[in-house]
Amino acid sequence: MKFAVIVFPGSNCDRDVVTVTRGLLDQPTRLVWHTEDDLDGCDVAVIPGGFSYGDYLRCGAIARFSPVMQAVRRHAERGGLVIGICNGFQVLTEAGLLPGALMRNRALQFVCDRVALKVERTDLPWVHSYQPDEVITLPIAHGEGCYYAEEATLAELEENRQIVFRYCRPDGTIDAVGNPNGSLHNIAGLCNRHGNVLGMMPHPERASDPSLGGSDGRRLFEGLVASALAVV
Amino acid sequence: MTAPTESSPFSSADLARHRLSPQEYRRITELIGRHPNLNELGMFSVMWSEHCCYKNSRPLLKGLPTTGPRVLVGPGENAGVIDIGDGLRVAFKIESHNHPSAVEPFQGAATGVGGILRDIFTMGARPIASLNSLRFGPLEDARNRALFRGVVHGIGHYGNCVGVPTVGGEVYFDPTYSGNPLVNAMAIGVLETPEIVRSGAAGIGNPVLYVGSTTGRDGMGGASFASAELSDASQKDRPAVQVGDPFTEKSLIEACLEAFRTGAVVAAQDMGAAGLTCSSSEMAAKGGVGIEMDLDLVPVRETGMVPYEFLLSESQERMLFVVEKGREGELIALFERWGLHAVVVGRVIDEPLVRIFHSGTVVAELPARALTDDAPVYPRAVLPEPPAAILKLRAFDWHSLAEPADYTEALLTLLDSPTIGSKSWVYRQYDHQVQNNTVIVPGAADAAVIRVRPQSFGPGEVEAVPFTERGIAATVDCNSRYVYLDPYRGAMLAVAEAARNLSCVGATPLAITDNLNFGSPEKPEGYWQLAMACRGIADACLELMTPVTGGNVSLYNETQSDGGTTAIYPTPTIGMVGLVEDIHRTCSQNFKSPGDLVYLLGGGEPTLGGSEYLACLHGVAAGEPPVLDMALEIQVQSVCRLGIERGLFKSAHDVAEGGLAVALAECCITGNLGLDAVLGANHPRADVVCFGEMAAAIIVTIDPSDQVACELWLECSLAERWKLLGTVAAQSFDLRVENRDCRISTSCERLKTTFEQAISRRMEHIPVTEAPQR
Repeated sequence: MKFAVIVFPGSNCDRDVVTVTRGLLDQPTRLVWHTEDDLDGCDVAVIPGGFSYGDYLRCGAIARFSPVMQAVRRHAERGGLVIGICNGFQVLTEAGLLPGALMRNRALQFVCDRVALKVERTDLPWVHSYQPDEVITLPIAHGEGCYYAEEATLAELEENRQIVFRYCRPDGTIDAVGNPNGSLHNIAGLCNRHGNVLGMMPHPERASDPSLGGSDGRRLFEGLVASALAVV
Repeated sequence: MTAPTESSPFSSADLARHRLSPQEYRRITELIGRHPNLNELGMFSVMWSEHCCYKNSRPLLKGLPTTGPRVLVGPGENAGVIDIGDGLRVAFKIESHNHPSAVEPFQGAATGVGGILRDIFTMGARPIASLNSLRFGPLEDARNRALFRGVVHGIGHYGNCVGVPTVGGEVYFDPTYSGNPLVNAMAIGVLETPEIVRSGAAGIGNPVLYVGSTTGRDGMGGASFASAELSDASQKDRPAVQVGDPFTEKSLIEACLEAFRTGAVVAAQDMGAAGLTCSSSEMAAKGGVGIEMDLDLVPVRETGMVPYEFLLSESQERMLFVVEKGREGELIALFERWGLHAVVVGRVIDEPLVRIFHSGTVVAELPARALTDDAPVYPRAVLPEPPAAILKLRAFDWHSLAEPADYTEALLTLLDSPTIGSKSWVYRQYDHQVQNNTVIVPGAADAAVIRVRPQSFGPGEVEAVPFTERGIAATVDCNSRYVYLDPYRGAMLAVAEAARNLSCVGATPLAITDNLNFGSPEKPEGYWQLAMACRGIADACLELMTPVTGGNVSLYNETQSDGGTTAIYPTPTIGMVGLVEDIHRTCSQNFKSPGDLVYLLGGGEPTLGGSEYLACLHGVAAGEPPVLDMALEIQVQSVCRLGIERGLFKSAHDVAEGGLAVALAECCITGNLGLDAVLGANHPRADVVCFGEMAAAIIVTIDPSDQVACELWLECSLAERWKLLGTVAAQSFDLRVENRDCRISTSCERLKTTFEQAISRRMEHIPVTEAPQR
């Protein structure tokens, strides 16, 4: 399975993702500069965390206009897999590939921590290595991760089971206590209707190397690779 | 040369504004054989400031040990570099941004981070971690809260955006820092270039390349501003505080590292304090050559700037390179790809001068050495005896104070002290995991541990991602109350504690960088503090075999109030790095399982002198700080490291502020476990046993099945200097003192809540926009 990891000026988790896909899982990986406009030969496009173009104006607002995002859009429209992590999630909402928006955290402070997440569905390539309703722990690090969407959109997301990860307490309870940033419906990650585009604020790539403790994120990448093998 | 005979074009008010004394002005005229023009006077003003030339501290810094088998680059370059084996080289340095942060906490702290990161990547090293040492006045004061909030926000903003994890640090609160907070930022990088990049210009005719951001009027004269006392009028110096752009810095890191790998860069220097003036004169002086620059070619962010402003601007995210003639085109293209300016603004010349052109005429022409090596040095006489006031404080008899009625309450009071309490309110605002190398996160152990690996791969197919087992541990430490009461012993204790913290995670201490934050050296007491602290650092570093590879000096940390000035506690912050041979063999401080046995390794005579207990419960900062038995210290640290390496110790935590009771409570709090233990009555007073502070003390735990083997080994390696204190319990914290009617008994939950809310409860319900009031 070939990964394309997008690099905008200001991206800072691009190498972290490559460390997992190329380094730990030995999958071919290409770092794609923001001015490039094709992702030919790549199976998964990863939009990494960071501060694309300085995140001036609004997080992700400038990145959506870059040439590479047009290529990502075409890749998604063809049914290709796209994952946006942290700033990448913000870029995907700005680009209209995912609904809603990410606003400043409820406490108006940047938050870096390890948090519990409930896996809401396991029938997608992203999550099929997790158990239904499993509670996993992933790192977060963001200032603007409070997910917001209008009531109607939220209802649609629930209806179509597009919510993939929710913030929860370690025992799995989904409530305000387990919500680190005030996201509506405790949304930590969601996908589009087809399930091929995933956006999430937590960082699975930072929980992939057992040497650093925590490997719940690695299973996301391993699941992807396994799904590709299954198709072949 | 001799001084010119015609009268000076500058009034004494002009000189005062440039913070140059009449004697210094005279020296300038002697060096250049004429009166300087205004541009040149401005250049001398910044280059001869303490910040740039260390005119007061240089004679004292000479005594520091700076060499060792692992030292590749010592003091004098942008950062020190050490060899950590396996072909890995690590650059690190600490720097202060105290004065800017006092006036504009957010930008002051943010640009402090930006500046120290540039020092690292200027050497050809990718920044892989940041730490910081912060000091503020008590949080009960709204202005201190605003400064604290602004500084943490600024550090977080810059570090998070630039993608360098902030992995550790320390925060102290004391009234001495109320008018003058301290912000010391340390950065660590791993070399990604075959050759370490130096700053000496070379190659007559080679182009001088200006890279990075544009030049504006921001940060005018910051270096000389930073070298004077703060006063009410300092607020008007806000234009002397620079404005940071971490986005540009991130691009600059990538572009510079790529540029260095081409081999076309001869020398590089970051434009920090004194901007173009400092970078050009230092590069020229170090290379024994000259540099000619045309200011009309410098990219600007505003119009109408005069040469004086160009030369003194401290606009951020700029660098000066000397590059190989003929290869400038390829480098310019590289920087432009990253959206950065890269312009040839001059060339290297044979005459050892800095010659500046503007609008076709020479507007400044000075010998490079006059600005740098020939700067004045002021060796001063050191007081032969400690000042009487200090002797009186040291002689304070704490034995007359009443013991606490309730020891549980006393412990809770200490855990609620913001200096001891959890710093999670701070480090939760810092991205401490970006770069995927953080082995031990903040709050989990006495030092941070990160894996060290170069990550030079860039856009395109990624061929390989090299991993290593090797890591480094890092810490910043200084108990400034100890230093205030006894600068020599206090500085030694700071170095010893830094080494102990590294040993507690299983790392071997390698080298230090020091940040000397002191008051005015022009006062005998201030100079005595500085001199004694330097001796203390030197002696401790020699014994611990941790040479000094560089650092920073911040003097004049005094505030003017009611006609007098108040100096901060002398604060020689020690930033230390240590080697972790295998990142899988490290240790954290939290207790691991109920039933584990708890031991005290080492432990000198406990004392209440200079303790947090005296400060918190009795409002007293006095007495004699703990005695440092260096032989025991070295022995205890070595046993701790060996126990961790062998996998015998399941947790390790050093005993510091608040003594044994606080250290044990911290192990419980971070492990969500309890304790059942009895402390030996090594002092007639139970409060000294529980809360007295000491050096050379580490608390470790082992699995009960290892007891016999462990105790045999401890007997051999530490003789009598260890003690079994008790066992790890499930939930309750029960601590007694042998033969004393004293008991600390509460739940771990209660300890944890108190500890974790110490800072956050004081920071709540305060508007985020709260502005500093002066």
